[in-house]
Amino acid sequence: MDTIISFKDFSFTYRSQKSPTLHDINLDIFPGEKVLIVGPSGSGKSTLAHLINGLVPFAYEGKIEGSYTIGGKNPRDLGIFGLSNIVGTVLQDTDGQFVGLTVGEDVAFSLENNLVPLDDMNIKVDKVCKDVDITELKGHAPTALSGGQKQRVSMAGVLVSDVDILLFDEPLANLDPATGKRTIALIDSLNKEKKITCLIIEHRIEDALYKDVDRIILIDEGTIKADLTPDEMLSSDYLINAGIREPLYISALKAAGCEITTESKPANVDTMDLSEYEDNIKSFYQSTHDKKSSISGNEILKVSNLEFSYDSGKTVLSDINFTVYEKEMMSIVGKNGAGKSTLSSLICGFINPSNGSIHYRGEDISKYSIKERGERIGFVMQNPNHMISKPFVLEEVALGLKIRGVDEATIKSKCEEVLKICELWPYRNWPINALSYGMKKRVTIASILTMNPEVLILDEPTAGQDYRRYTEIMEFLKKLNLEHGITIIMITHDMHLMLEYTDRALVLADGKMVADATPAEVLTNSEITEKAYLKMTSLSNLCTRVGISDSIGFSNRFIQYEEENK
Amino acid sequence: MKKMLSYNDKGTWIHSLCGVTKLVYFLLWTITAMICYDIRVLAVMVVVSILAFIVSKTSFDEVKGVFVFILVFLTINLLAIFLFAPEHGSELYGTKHVLLTLTNKYVVTKEQLFYEANVFIKYIVIVPAVFTFMTTTNPSEFAASLNRVGIGYKGGYSLALALRYIPDVQADFTKIRNSQAARGIEMSKKASIMDRIKHTAAIIFPLIFTSMDRIDVVSNAMELRCFGKHKKRTWYMGRPLKPLDITVMVLTVAAMCIALFITFSNGSRFYNPFI
Repeated sequence: MDTIISFKDFSFTYRSQKSPTLHDINLDIFPGEKVLIVGPSGSGKSTLAHLINGLVPFAYEGKIEGSYTIGGKNPRDLGIFGLSNIVGTVLQDTDGQFVGLTVGEDVAFSLENNLVPLDDMNIKVDKVCKDVDITELKGHAPTALSGGQKQRVSMAGVLVSDVDILLFDEPLANLDPATGKRTIALIDSLNKEKKITCLIIEHRIEDALYKDVDRIILIDEGTIKADLTPDEMLSSDYLINAGIREPLYISALKAAGCEITTESKPANVDTMDLSEYEDNIKSFYQSTHDKKSSISGNEILKVSNLEFSYDSGKTVLSDINFTVYEKEMMSIVGKNGAGKSTLSSLICGFINPSNGSIHYRGEDISKYSIKERGERIGFVMQNPNHMISKPFVLEEVALGLKIRGVDEATIKSKCEEVLKICELWPYRNWPINALSYGMKKRVTIASILTMNPEVLILDEPTAGQDYRRYTEIMEFLKKLNLEHGITIIMITHDMHLMLEYTDRALVLADGKMVADATPAEVLTNSEITEKAYLKMTSLSNLCTRVGISDSIGFSNRFIQYEEENK
Repeated sequence: MKKMLSYNDKGTWIHSLCGVTKLVYFLLWTITAMICYDIRVLAVMVVVSILAFIVSKTSFDEVKGVFVFILVFLTINLLAIFLFAPEHGSELYGTKHVLLTLTNKYVVTKEQLFYEANVFIKYIVIVPAVFTFMTTTNPSEFAASLNRVGIGYKGGYSLALALRYIPDVQADFTKIRNSQAARGIEMSKKASIMDRIKHTAAIIFPLIFTSMDRIDVVSNAMELRCFGKHKKRTWYMGRPLKPLDITVMVLTVAAMCIALFITFSNGSRFYNPFI
C-alpha cells in the first residue's frame, strides 16, 4: 500500500538554531490509520506536526535534510495551501482559531478562500455541520459555545475541505474529562466511517486511549524512540524513560508487582486479560493500609450560602457552603462553565456576591478591597503571561511590596526569602523571557508570596504541561504546603492531580455544589462524576474487574504507595 | 461591559439590506453633507438621516456614550472656529451684521453664527448615518462590502477581525486588571489619577503580550485554512443584491444629485440668505 505520510532519513533545523530539532526520522503512515503521537515538551513532536501541516517550513523556516512526502507528493511543490487541502489541523487553542463571527461563517472560511461559490458553500457547510452535529449552532458566536462544541466547530472547519488527514494538536488540553472522552469518540468515528487518517498529539495517554489506536509513536530528544502498538508500548519501559505518564491502571498493576506482558493486551483496562495479575492486585490491596488523613487545623476560610447572579438575572452560583481549614491542599473541580472561576473571583473580591458571605479567620471579608484580600488570599492565574509585567525576576517579585510603599531593606530581605523558597534565587537577575514555563509559574507564585498570603488559589496550575513539568510544579506546591504551611486551593480538570495531591475536592455542577469529599470518593461515585462531567478513574474499572468492592480504599492505598516510592 | 455601537440584528428592512447598500448610503450621504453648505438641503438631509436611524430601531442607549462624546467634540470645534476665525462668516457671505461686540477682535455676527450652524448641522446629518450603518451591519458582511466596493479583502478582513477580537481583549483586560489589583495595583477610583496612569503599564504590557500570542495563533490558523491563497475570495455572508437594495442605492444617488444640483445652482456651494 502507498503511504500517506512518509519521512526518510529526515532531519530539520530551525533557521535560528544550530542543532537539529528533529533528526534521523523514518516514519511511514498509511491511509486510514489512527496514530497517537506522544512525547515530553520540547521533544520535537510539535515540529513534526508542523511539518505535516506545512507551518514548517513555510511559516517557520529552516533547513531540511532527507526526504518526505505528504499524500504521496513533495510538500515543496504543494506549499502550505496545497497541504491544507490534504491535512486538516485542529489546534489546541480552539478559541484562538476562530475567525468567523458565527459558527457557519467559521466553518465556511476555507471554502471562501478557495473561491467556492455561495450556493455550493451553503450545501457543503450544512452537510459538514450535520456530520459533527452542530447544525443548530450555525448562527451562534463560536466564543459563546462550550469547550466540546468549540472543538466540533474547529473540526467542521477543516473537514469541510475534504481532507485526507486530520491532525489534532493536544485536543484534550482544555476540556473537562467527560467532554474529552466524547472528543476521542468523535475522532474515532471520523476515522472509522470516513476513513480519514487521524494523528493525535497528546500526552494524556490514558484519556487518548479511550478508543483504540493503531500505533503509538514516542518522540523524545528529537527523534522517534519507539513506534509500537499500544499493547507493546504499555508493556515496555519506553514511556517511563521518556518521562511520560502511563495510564493509572498500568501504574497500579506495576505497584502490585505485576510484570505486564504484551499478550495480556494492556491497551484497554476493560478488555485486558487480568487472570495472571488478579492475585497480585488482591494481595497488594490486603497488604497495604488505608491511612485516613484527618483534618485538624483551624478554620481559615468559610463560605456560607454564597450566591452570584448577573444583572440580567441569570444565576451562576447558588447555595455554596464549605469551610477550608489551615494547611489544607484541596481542589475545585467540575465541567467547563460550572462556576469554578466565578467562585474564585468571589473569594478574591473581583466580583461581589448577590447573597451570602465569606469569612476569613472568622472575619467577614466583604469590607476588604481586592488589594486587602490579596494580602490574605493570593490568586495565581492559569497563564503566567497574564501576570508578568516587569522584564526581570527580582523586579517582578518586588512589585507588590514596592506599591505598598514598603522600605527597601524589608523588600530586599523579603524577596530574598521568597526567591529562595521558590528556588529562583540564582535567577533573580535573569530576564523573565529567558525562563521556562515552570519557572515563570514559580515567578508568579513568588510575586504573590511576598505579600504573605496564608491561602493560595491557583487556576489550572498544570494545564497543558507534560508529566515532568507537572511533577515539578506540583511538588513545589506540595512543599509550600507542607514546609511553609500555606493553604492551597486548586481549580483543575486534571483528575490525576486531584487524586494525587489533594485531600479534599469540591465538585461544582451547573452552579451548585454536588460534593465535598475526598477525591477517591468523588471519582468512584458514578452519580457525581456524571453530573460534574468528571470521569471515573481506571482504578475503579480495575477494582470492579478483579472483584475489589472498596475501590476508594484501593485508590487511596495506591496513591500512598506512589507517594512513598517517588 | 456594555456593548456600544455593535451590530445588533433587530430584523428591520434596513438590517435586511446588503452591507454594500448601507455602505453606499453612508458614504454618499457623508460626502454630500461635507460638500454642501446649503442649509435648506442639509435640513432635509438631517430629517432623512434621523428617520433612517429611527426606522432601524436602534435604541438611543446603544449610542448614547459615543453621541455625548461627539457633542463635546463638536462644541469644542465650534468654539475653536470662533476663536481662530471670528470673521470667517462675514468673509464668506460678504456682509457683516453685528449682533454683539465682545472685544475689538471678537465680534459676533449673524454671518458667523449662520456659518457655524451649517457646520453643526453637517455633523447632525453624518452622525445618525454612521450609527445606523454600524448597528445594522454585521461585521463580516462589512468586510464583504468593503471588498465589493474595491478594497482588498485582506485589509477588509483584518478590520472585521479586529472587531471580532474586541470582546476577547476586553476579557483579557479584566482578568489582568483583577490579578494586578490583588497584588496591590489599584486601578479603581480609590487611587489617584497619577497613580492610575503610572500603573497602567502593569496592565498594558501583559495585555500586549497576550494579544500578540493571539495574533500568532490566529494568523497560523488562517493560513492553514488557505487565507491569502487567491487574489479574490468568496463570502459566505455575502448576499446578492435584491430589488430593494437597487432601489435604495438609486434613490441615494438621485438624492445626492438633487442635493448637489440645488447646492450649486447659485454657482457656489454656499447658500447666502444675506443678499
